[in-house]
Amino acid sequence: MEFAIMKGKRMFTAKKGRLALISVVAVGAAVALAGCASGDPLGSGSGAVSAADTLVVGSQDYYSNEIIAEIYSQALEANGFTVDRTFRIGQREVYLPELEAGGVDVFPEYTGSLLQALEPNAVGGTSDAIYTELQAALPATLRVLDKAAASDQNSWTVTQAFAEKYNLTDIASLKNVTEPLMVGGTSVLETRPYGPAALKAKYGIETAGFTPIEDGGGPLTVKALVDNAIQLTNIYTASPNIKSDKLVALSDPDNLFFADNVVPLVSEKVTDKAASVLNKISAALSTEDLVSLNSESVNDQKSAEAIAAAWLEKANLF
Amino acid sequence: MNYFADAVAWLFDPTNYVGSNAIGNRVLEHLGFTLLTLVFASVIAIPLGFFIGHTGRGRGLAVGTAGAFRSIPTLGLLTLVALSVGIGLTAPYAALTVLAIPPILAGAYTGFEAIDRATIDAARAVGMSAGQIVRKVELPLSLPLLMGGLRSATLQIVATATLAAYVADIGLGRFLFTGLKNLDYAQMLGGSILVILLALLLEGIFTVLQKLVVPRGVAAGRPTDIWAGFTKLAR
Repeated sequence: MEFAIMKGKRMFTAKKGRLALISVVAVGAAVALAGCASGDPLGSGSGAVSAADTLVVGSQDYYSNEIIAEIYSQALEANGFTVDRTFRIGQREVYLPELEAGGVDVFPEYTGSLLQALEPNAVGGTSDAIYTELQAALPATLRVLDKAAASDQNSWTVTQAFAEKYNLTDIASLKNVTEPLMVGGTSVLETRPYGPAALKAKYGIETAGFTPIEDGGGPLTVKALVDNAIQLTNIYTASPNIKSDKLVALSDPDNLFFADNVVPLVSEKVTDKAASVLNKISAALSTEDLVSLNSESVNDQKSAEAIAAAWLEKANLF
Repeated sequence: MNYFADAVAWLFDPTNYVGSNAIGNRVLEHLGFTLLTLVFASVIAIPLGFFIGHTGRGRGLAVGTAGAFRSIPTLGLLTLVALSVGIGLTAPYAALTVLAIPPILAGAYTGFEAIDRATIDAARAVGMSAGQIVRKVELPLSLPLLMGGLRSATLQIVATATLAAYVADIGLGRFLFTGLKNLDYAQMLGGSILVILLALLLEGIFTVLQKLVVPRGVAAGRPTDIWAGFTKLAR
């Protein structure tokens, strides 16, 4: 609906005659609302199947995911495949229907988050258990290849100073905190199964409230944590900020968060030959690699292509 | 699934009217944020606009700067300010004030500029001082255009104030962000409808205000019956 707001705003500022304005707004609103009335407002409905000899590689609107997608793309190209890159598609709810419709063939995914998207009541467990559950939960037209050791998952994160002050190691130890514990992050964090409600129900941890910071664990979130405007947030474990801003991701022995190993999600068009290329990457990609890839992007401002090419050259897989 | 019906159902769900995230609270927060931003922007833009309009000095600079201000993406500015002052309300107030300054400034100086120079010369001729000219002639005559600027600014703020929820627990934007990330489109659309209703309400108020501030002399100066004067003369 952001579209409708923008549209309304532009019309109001245009300062046409009042009657014209009112009728234009009314028509515009009617059109916008009719568009919203049914169906998925985010679905493009295109679902065009990619050309037979080309593999379409997609990525989330997340810089780290784009780097992995670029590694997949360059590796496939080095092995004789033609690749069509459609990066930065958006979040899972946007691209998953595209994959199912055959519009995208290869997508870097994360085991736990993908499982929860497909199966909201998934049990969870160890990283291997999640991988097995995920394979069972996928629709018939899609499959996941081998998972990498590299993981990039949600975590409850505090500053190192805060952790030392209250002797924090795992999530349960947040009970030691005696000052008001303000949680901050994207507004979904408030309602997620691992959110503040789970902290209270599972560990009896009281939180002081919730501050929305909608940049998804980005620089604003990190700054709020470092400034002590919030004390607890969700940062992805492969974020280079954890090292550079002296943060601590609290360990999660009870698997409150689902393990999120990097895994290629592929369509039926991916042949065994292409699959073996991607599996070689998964076998080589470690969490340390992922953190340093992310750091090259965030701290050194290098492009995804350059970072991917450098990693592939160093890994020397092909 | 009918999203519009769901959104209406969401709007009328009594459970959405209790607690800190109650619709009533969010509407009031949004309104308060909008009006305070309007005050901030007015305090900067109105005196500046009057100065430019009265003296005719700095017009080119003001037009250029205001034009440049208009093109600043608000979310980018918000993020930039928040990165230096931290999360909370300061960054949204600053970013939205910048958004609201150009229309108010334009309304203020064009209000002065649009006045017929003969009117001002006449005022000077009857012995008014510069201060009197500003107070008794220029200011009242410029009010309708200034009010138009404020009206346009208010609409931009009320629609864009949803961004305040990007870094603070305030306003109707909370419903949009929460709905977007949770795939709760009923909530998103419901929040948007509230923003639209608020915008229409403010627009209505400003339409009335804009009529009220037209000086009596100006309103009476354009008779609809063009023969009325002549008939009087003939008598």
